[in-house]
Amino acid sequence: MTEVSGDLVLEMLGITKEFPGVKALQDVNLQVRRGEIHAICGENGAGKSTLMKVLSGVYPHGSYSGEIRLNGEAVEFRGIRDSEARGIVIIHQELALIPQVSIAENIFLGNEKAGAGVLDWNATHRAAADLLARVGLKENPGTTPSELGVGKQQLVEIAKALSKKVDVLILDEPTAALNDDDSEHLLQLLREFRDQGMTCIIISHKLGEITSVADRVTVIRDGRTIETLDLHGAEPVTEDRIIRGMVGRSLENRFPSRNATIGQEVLRIEDWTVHHPVDTERVVVDHANLNVRAGEIVGLAGLMGAGRTELAMSLFGRSWGTNISGRVYKHGKEIQLRNVPEAIRHGLAYTTEDRKSLGLNLIQTIRENISSSALGKLMDWMGVIRGEEEMTVAERYRRDFGIKAPTVESVVGKLSGGNQQKVVLSKWVFSDPDVLILDEPTRGIDVGAKYEIYSLVNALAEAGKAVIVISSELPELIGVCDRVYAVSQGRITGEVPRERATQEELMRYMTMEKTR
Amino acid sequence: MNTVTEYLGRNARQYGIVGALLLIVLLFQWMTGGRLLLPDNIISLIQQNAYVMILAIGMVMVIVAGHIDLSVGSLVAFIGGAAAIMMADWGWGWPAAILVSLVLGLLIGAWQGFWVAYLGIPAFIVTLAGMLIFRGLAIVIVGETKAGLPQEFIAIAGGELPSVLGFAGALDALTLLIGVLGMAGFVFSQWRARRGLIKHDLAVEPMGIFLAKNVVVVVLIGILTYWIALRATPIVLLVVGGLVLLFTFVLSRTVFGRHIYAVGGNRHAAELSGVRTRLTDFMIFVNMGLLSAVAAIVTTSRAGAGVAAAGQLYELDAIAACFIGGCAVRGGVGRISGAMIGALIMGVLNMGLSILAVDAAWQQTIKGLVLLLAVALDIVSKRRGAYA
Repeated sequence: MTEVSGDLVLEMLGITKEFPGVKALQDVNLQVRRGEIHAICGENGAGKSTLMKVLSGVYPHGSYSGEIRLNGEAVEFRGIRDSEARGIVIIHQELALIPQVSIAENIFLGNEKAGAGVLDWNATHRAAADLLARVGLKENPGTTPSELGVGKQQLVEIAKALSKKVDVLILDEPTAALNDDDSEHLLQLLREFRDQGMTCIIISHKLGEITSVADRVTVIRDGRTIETLDLHGAEPVTEDRIIRGMVGRSLENRFPSRNATIGQEVLRIEDWTVHHPVDTERVVVDHANLNVRAGEIVGLAGLMGAGRTELAMSLFGRSWGTNISGRVYKHGKEIQLRNVPEAIRHGLAYTTEDRKSLGLNLIQTIRENISSSALGKLMDWMGVIRGEEEMTVAERYRRDFGIKAPTVESVVGKLSGGNQQKVVLSKWVFSDPDVLILDEPTRGIDVGAKYEIYSLVNALAEAGKAVIVISSELPELIGVCDRVYAVSQGRITGEVPRERATQEELMRYMTMEKTR
Repeated sequence: MNTVTEYLGRNARQYGIVGALLLIVLLFQWMTGGRLLLPDNIISLIQQNAYVMILAIGMVMVIVAGHIDLSVGSLVAFIGGAAAIMMADWGWGWPAAILVSLVLGLLIGAWQGFWVAYLGIPAFIVTLAGMLIFRGLAIVIVGETKAGLPQEFIAIAGGELPSVLGFAGALDALTLLIGVLGMAGFVFSQWRARRGLIKHDLAVEPMGIFLAKNVVVVVLIGILTYWIALRATPIVLLVVGGLVLLFTFVLSRTVFGRHIYAVGGNRHAAELSGVRTRLTDFMIFVNMGLLSAVAAIVTTSRAGAGVAAAGQLYELDAIAACFIGGCAVRGGVGRISGAMIGALIMGVLNMGLSILAVDAAWQQTIKGLVLLLAVALDIVSKRRGAYA
């Protein structure tokens, strides 16, 4: 399906981008027609964001190979300023507004309406009001983003983009944080822009949205272009059709074999509901029910923003969210987990997806990190640490978990990602939990180290622990778990046993949208 | 020999600061024509700088945890003033006054710790407020000065231990005993630590360095002991020494100490590891209050009176000692031994410049430059050795 007709505004040809050790993009082609809404789909980590960073000049010309053509002419961007000068404007997933500064000023930030360095307030406000009218936001330009909800903030971002000369507007997950009404308004706005002749590229996980708004879809998988589908073509493009392109890959022998002996239920959650800590109206986890048994590895599958990490962290001593309700049972008895020490006391352990900023103290040693979650086991009645024993314990985990470092006195910040992850695992295994929640345990780790981590997780389950694995990589979940729950928009939308777990099946549940 | 230079390179920071202290001492010894290291000067160096060392002990913990405390100077004036009133106006005995002063320090520490830890107000603001509040209260209760303190109290800062063991020639035998105990204690603790490392197959410093370090320290303690023994051991040296040993132990060997480093190194990770970060913050300030009270007692004793204007800029002396001594501005890193050497560097500068009759304004300028240079060197060397 590579033959393309029509007036091409943008072409990316044979784009290859490498990071140390990883090929993030390999020979990717993207062709966008003038005045269309072009969607880009792919799993987490497929390379969508990298591709857009190449396009917008975040990765400057020369740091990748391949060619970008704008209106048929080859262009070389050295930074965002270059791409914006040529009319390519990107709105990132994370909103980049300054909360305390008026929306008028936010819109013209870095692009101020000024003469000789002095701001022209009249011009600023007049122009801001025009732009706000264009995006259908009825707010005074003097209000600050902190007074607005996320949906309106997203519109301010779009107004900010429109303040520049835009030919191609790129939106990265624009509706990820929005409710249904706000999403619908935003999609309607995109249709209007298209009718005015603007070209839009939208990255989204919400396939329902894509089929309703996009003209064509390019599917990316593992850093390669798989196909471009025309939604106005002869054969209808369904969500299932897109999913097939997104996941169609074979499972290699990347997982250690495993003999599960599954015992009694260890942990059960009922009606677990969590609200966003800032936007307290927003329900992030919505009446979730799940359970895990001794010796069992249970997966949580979901797309970015589905609420998996939020579920785990809120459970782990209310480390995330507000207005948390629901019941937790351990071995059939209801328990309270009001703070982290209580969660640890009840035998829970949580290893974070963000090991550098939430999981480790990078300036301390392996020994100090490993003992940090269970110092109580190493101290005498006066709170003095038994140094000898601590050393012995750290040494044991270094050997057993194969942490590659000269000694346990090595500083953790200097280790590779895989070895850091092993330190995190050691730390939590040492706290001797009954339930381990592993959030993206293999993120940013090379293939060999992944296998080692899987083996460790298997060993933990075989030792009778209940394990919950959160992962964005479906093959990983299918390869490791006995059972997988799919999460979408904060709700558990499906429970799939290992025998039935295929990527298509999981993706169907993961993209299931709320019925209204 | 190769391993020796390699080792020194890796631990440049630690040895660098000790080297800097020695360099400054030798420089002033030469510039003052040998007057810096007279026994009388050594003793007054200790007595003059005891307050910085006491405050710096607490300040290391505050800074490692990622906070700062600007109020300690005002606390010294307020608590010192209160102690003077108890003794001079109310006729309390000195032990009772000391005890109540320490409790007062704990309470003020708890007050500041409450705002920092449980309301999440930045320590900079809380202790800036504390600086104003307690300076004001010191003036309210003391007026200007409150004299008339018992001799026993005044002896804390200025007095020396009696020569209960008699003399060995011209030397005070008690001082010699303390010196020998100090040497033996140092060598023993070094040897024990090294044995522990070897037992676990951990890297130890090369034997040459180990021996050299021990010999140098023993010789230094020996020289110091000799000079002090020409008179007698100042009481305040025992106070400072005891506190240094106690808090070095707390920081390196107790769960509380470990939690301070954990909170300062990565607060979120500490929280998710089950560390009660707020309680840790609270206790750090309680402890700082207690040590401020100790410093208040020493300062008031030295002045011989409660003085409302006492302790001006003490907070900056203590903070400077910590940063010269290798505390990281971002928290998570710092040792008491380093801060003590930092305090000594400032103290030697003070004394040397005074002996040379350098104008006070220039003294401040020079100390400021030394602080800036020390931290700049630290940051530049770290950037060079930064992790990939």
